[in-house]
Amino acid sequence: MIVELGHFALCLALAAAIVQSVVPLVGALRGSASGMRVADTAAQVQFLGAAGAFAALTYGFVVSDFSLRVVALNSHSAKPMLYKVTGVWANHEGSMLLWVVMLALFGVMISVFGKMIHTPVRAIVLAVQAMIGVGFYLFILLTSNPFDRLPMPPLDGQGMNPLLQDPGVAFHPPLLYLGYVGFSTAFSFAVAALITGRIDPAWARWMRPWVLIAWSGLTAGIALGSWWAYYELGWGGFWFWDPVENASFMPWLIGTALLHSAIVVEKRNALLTWTILLAILTFSLSLIGTFLVRSGILTSVHAFATDPERGAFILLLLFLAIGGALTLFAWRANKIGEGGVFALWSRETGLLVNNLLLTAACGVVFVGTLYPLALEMVTGDKITVGAPYFNQTFLPIFAFTMLAASVGPFLSWKRARKDVVLRRLVVTLAVSVSGTLSMSFVWLGFDAVGLFGVFVAVFLLVATLQDLAGRIGLPGVPASVALRRLMGLPRSAWGLYLGHTGVAIAAAGVVVVSIWSSEVILTVKKGEPVRVGPYDYTLMDIENTTGPNYQTSIASVHVSKKGEALTVLFPERRWYPVEQKPTTEAGIETRWHGDLYAVLGDPNGQGGFVVRYYYNPGVPWMWLGAVLMSLAALISLADRRLRIGAPGGRKLPMPQPAE
Amino acid sequence: MRLILSAIFALLVAMPVWAVDADEMFADPALEERAREVGRQLRCLKCRNQSIFDSNAGIAKDLRVAVRDRMVAGDSDQEILEYVRVRFGDYVLMKPPVEGHTYLLWMTPVVLMLLAGVGFAGYMRGRSSACADHTLSDTDRAEAQRILKEGGAS
Repeated sequence: MIVELGHFALCLALAAAIVQSVVPLVGALRGSASGMRVADTAAQVQFLGAAGAFAALTYGFVVSDFSLRVVALNSHSAKPMLYKVTGVWANHEGSMLLWVVMLALFGVMISVFGKMIHTPVRAIVLAVQAMIGVGFYLFILLTSNPFDRLPMPPLDGQGMNPLLQDPGVAFHPPLLYLGYVGFSTAFSFAVAALITGRIDPAWARWMRPWVLIAWSGLTAGIALGSWWAYYELGWGGFWFWDPVENASFMPWLIGTALLHSAIVVEKRNALLTWTILLAILTFSLSLIGTFLVRSGILTSVHAFATDPERGAFILLLLFLAIGGALTLFAWRANKIGEGGVFALWSRETGLLVNNLLLTAACGVVFVGTLYPLALEMVTGDKITVGAPYFNQTFLPIFAFTMLAASVGPFLSWKRARKDVVLRRLVVTLAVSVSGTLSMSFVWLGFDAVGLFGVFVAVFLLVATLQDLAGRIGLPGVPASVALRRLMGLPRSAWGLYLGHTGVAIAAAGVVVVSIWSSEVILTVKKGEPVRVGPYDYTLMDIENTTGPNYQTSIASVHVSKKGEALTVLFPERRWYPVEQKPTTEAGIETRWHGDLYAVLGDPNGQGGFVVRYYYNPGVPWMWLGAVLMSLAALISLADRRLRIGAPGGRKLPMPQPAE
Repeated sequence: MRLILSAIFALLVAMPVWAVDADEMFADPALEERAREVGRQLRCLKCRNQSIFDSNAGIAKDLRVAVRDRMVAGDSDQEILEYVRVRFGDYVLMKPPVEGHTYLLWMTPVVLMLLAGVGFAGYMRGRSSACADHTLSDTDRAEAQRILKEGGAS
């Protein structure tokens, strides 16, 4: 009964979305206030419907209603409650439902918190959101209905992939979708700007909070997925340039560009058409990501052909949304003038360069991801574009991006003084070169590529701190004054400094672990010490026990350095009888400089065990960096919320420049 | 044939096999490091996007053993990659070779960076000309004075 109510609620949400996509748009075009007002009611009804459907499906999972097809295929009565709930979105149908719930949530949030947005713009934004919604509601109801019943319900379900029964990956999809779906708002604002012909600093300011939320969520979601791979897959890898990963990374790259170009619109009323294009592209890439992951085309071109219904449907949505928006763009973009002018040495130029580099980097990832698919369709040749390609092409471009991010904040708006900037850069260069060299001597050792990577990261870190110091008057003013100025910095400035610091720290971590990790794989007997980097790992004991729905062997691996005992790691090897699958849980101890990491393998039958021991320097920095980035966006958001009410296209005078 | 092969692969994958068994490894760390460098360049044919070095699949292990055998036989890294490629096709190389059907792929970063450069130059020529003159004209100066006196405008 509850499940049928959920099905009904989903249909209701579709109906509300249809109304919301037509009436407010017509109202906005005709200047009818009552027509535009429909958007709010419709957005709320739509959200209630979508959320109700989601709650009903969750209920189905919680009570293990195996007459529901998705529940029977993806759940099991013995599963812990947490994974029954997160199992709702750990399958195709449920995850698409989560997608539309997020979409409806953004709609209702714009309706509730976006009162200060110019009414016609808001009406069109909500209408466009609803159009996307209509497409996805139809997709769910026609091709992927989570409320399908089975005529002959099984006694128990088939369970869920044990790799996914993990807290890290459980919350990876909601965060990722917060980003994917959140970028729909940028898309809607872009379409609204093209329809109304109104694009100005106020427009950028209205759009910015939503892009910040989406970007923050996407950053956290990608990091969480990477973290999960790192501790769960059991060989210390964290990023594989897998098409599924690339699918989430592309919107992140263009979304980052959008975040920065929107600043230029807001501060200087320039880069207008470019920003609109980025807003459209960001969400287009989110849609393409959804298509790549959901159509099965990635497993093989043939998987797409054997179950074409879903793939073809998303492909159609893709063409309608992207094609429609780009057509509108081609038709209306020339109506949008380019605003303020700026000199070669200016903050605007810095942000433009950052945009071009990020876009080029995204283009490389895009081509690398889709090239094998395209080639196989056209010529039938099968090739692999793996990590070595991306490392060789993407990383150099990204290194340039980071250098640009270092210099950018030194430049003042409109026209910067070249001599001043260069003088500061000399200091940055000197500090970061000596910093890199001392890291090399004291800790890392020599590796040309690795040290260059470290240098780029340190350069960004030093430049960011240097800019912050300059901003609060150091070293020219007393510490108390500097501290007061530090506290008085706008939240958006904190966003800049934390965000860039996060990028620098994460990049340093990636470089250091890629080049300098130590790995040992071998068969050991209990009590046999093994040298891993500067540490000694000793397998002491193995205990067999049972978890809620699995059996497990937990090893204790003692770690010491120069004979001094440091810690004990507890790697696990689990067996899930329902799914008939093993998983590994790495034993990890995090220190500020790196992770001690041990994985337990099979016994060899003669009293020995296969083990993998690692020392992974830099890894904790990656997670710290990601947290800082995600947090930076939220802090920046707090700043905007205070100022979002600023009316009209004219800017209030600002005591402090802020970004 | 393909079906049989994939059935065998599926069986192999279903068994809890460990990627890079201790028994297959070289005792010499330098040799082992080289085996891994080569292993990372070869794709596990059964898996979605894993190198044979990272994969647990049986086919990956067979290929790793083959790579090690070639190394013992004295082949260079390039010769080993070529040896595997002749038997399994380009698909097995994680890094696609530079040849006819991959020119486009390998040109992409260069073309994109050039496009970015040209776009940037074109845009800046249009944008910055108004800024090129570093001195204010008298009318501009008067206008600026007026705005400053009024205040408020940014």
